[in-house]
Amino acid sequence: MDAIGVLMVCPMNTYLEQELDKRFNLLRYWTQPRQHEFLTQHAESIRAVVGNASAGADAKLIESLPKLEIVSSFSVGMDKIDLNKCKERGIRVTNTPDVLTDDVADLAIGLMLAVLRRICACDKYVRSGGWKSGDFKLTTKFSGKTVGIIGLGRIGLAIAKRAEGFDCPISYYSRSEKPNTNYKYHKSVVELASNCDILVVACALTPETTHIVNREVINALGPKGVLINIGRGPHVDEAELVSALVEGRLGGAGLDVFEKEPEVPEQLFDLDNVVLLPHVGSATVETRKAMADLVVGNLEAHFANKPLLTPVV
Amino acid sequence: MDAMAGKQSFEADQLPQIIVFGPPTFYKSHDKEFSSKFRVLKPWQSQLPLPEFLTAQAKNIRAALCSGVFKLTASILRHLPSLELVVSGSVGLNHIDLLECRRRGIAVATASTLYSGDVAELAVGLLLDVLRKISAGNRFVRNGLWLKQGDYYPLGSKLEGKQVGIVGLGSIGQEVAKRLEPFGCTISYHSRNRKLSVSYKFQPNIHQLATTSDILIICCALNEETRHMINRDVLLALGNEGVIVNVARGAIIDERELVWCLEKGEIAGAGLDVFENEPYVPQELRVLDNVVLSPHVAVLTVEASRDFYELASGNLEAFFSNQPLLSLVPNE
Repeated sequence: MDAIGVLMVCPMNTYLEQELDKRFNLLRYWTQPRQHEFLTQHAESIRAVVGNASAGADAKLIESLPKLEIVSSFSVGMDKIDLNKCKERGIRVTNTPDVLTDDVADLAIGLMLAVLRRICACDKYVRSGGWKSGDFKLTTKFSGKTVGIIGLGRIGLAIAKRAEGFDCPISYYSRSEKPNTNYKYHKSVVELASNCDILVVACALTPETTHIVNREVINALGPKGVLINIGRGPHVDEAELVSALVEGRLGGAGLDVFEKEPEVPEQLFDLDNVVLLPHVGSATVETRKAMADLVVGNLEAHFANKPLLTPVV
Repeated sequence: MDAMAGKQSFEADQLPQIIVFGPPTFYKSHDKEFSSKFRVLKPWQSQLPLPEFLTAQAKNIRAALCSGVFKLTASILRHLPSLELVVSGSVGLNHIDLLECRRRGIAVATASTLYSGDVAELAVGLLLDVLRKISAGNRFVRNGLWLKQGDYYPLGSKLEGKQVGIVGLGSIGQEVAKRLEPFGCTISYHSRNRKLSVSYKFQPNIHQLATTSDILIICCALNEETRHMINRDVLLALGNEGVIVNVARGAIIDERELVWCLEKGEIAGAGLDVFENEPYVPQELRVLDNVVLSPHVAVLTVEASRDFYELASGNLEAFFSNQPLLSLVPNE
């Protein structure tokens, strides 16, 4: 097993690195000053790639690794992997579903509360000594507000379940209506946005869902509406979002993801109706360990010719 | 509102008269609305000291609207010989001399369970912020550190599967429990009395609750028994991965011991909406990344303000129309 080259494309988790070091020849791509030469040098031994939400395996990388058998992603999103190329070449692909569902849903609700109740702005007010000058202003209650969910998959359903505990009516948009839910279905994202107070992006990123939240949707959500993005940055037309927030055409936003991480539009920094997070949807000790175990488990299964734990392709 | 049904219609100068003490935080944004239904005496606008003002103006006043921090003492009550009703904008009654009210046959109406949802959701918001480092992460991004340093560390802590101990399972405590259940938390509680109607596990004392919990959420009233109930022993029992959230009253926690435990790493974090000496918050807390601080905002929502107006004016209208009050406090 020692000879198996596993290419990790970017730093993601030291526990994962340790576990991979024990079992494989782990090659840390980001430490290499001349990456092209590095790939050429190791092409014959690299049989696996480990990626995450920031970097995966595009066509170019796949083509430069003739011995590549499996791509194991430290994420549930597959948008950084050229799945068609993998299918073409018979390369297996795995991700980390389910283990992170709760954490991502928790963060979505945490962002809704932080934005509506201005928790981060309140914290700043207290830290700066502002409270001595007077009370904080009135905010808006979250309980009872209508929550609109784009994508009613595992994460979308987990968000709905939590929001229901706050007596929030739930509506959603999905490619097709889901049977067995009492939630209100809308045929388009614009219609969903027109009929909810808080819109949350919880679908997978594909060419079809890129910029699914565009100017029209943002306008429909309106000056009292709030957008929460725990999906992928490219789900939202970021330039439109920024201008809507700066101009007051959108009531607020809680964003865990951005089009070009770690770059975050600085025009948002002064707005107290916006909460900005550094892509921490699954960032808990417990979940990152569970994700790492899945990555390792999938690779071990593959190289032992056993069934993969969480295959996508 | 049904209270309007039996109401006589009044000419402007025949509007029933009320006196407002404080005024309650939510009063000012509804002054016009109150003034369209009542003639409102506003002692805070007068130069006269209160007793003289009352002697001059309040002899015939039958109803008062009182803020939660205004001390309605026996002495002030003596200056209101016609008083039959006190409506409080707050839930707690510590500020009203209830014995004197009972002696005089003055009815008292409070905000009751009106704000429980507003308070409960803030408790959950503070908890999520502490566990998932939302305010800290927001600062990290806004300080340009995601670009400079890379990913944010330390990692947060998962809520699912955690043991949550609720201190005081009244209306607010139950609203907190209801909201936390779908997150996959196990709920237990300590209260003066076991609540037979709930399925959550009852712990007979605060120490037991802290020992068996990962998270403590304070939702009880402040009184002689609960003052500094959360002391060093309780915090140590909660443990160095424990988190405490307080949306009740600052004095329920021994603040100096809390600071000590946070600085020494004896507990992992805290979400605090209330403090012992508001608006002063210890400097030691204001520099910690594992605490989230809010300036007593649990009821400060537009919706709570609206709810206050409707309940207070509803109680007053019911009184003047001889209808039953909406939120009368029974004589205990």
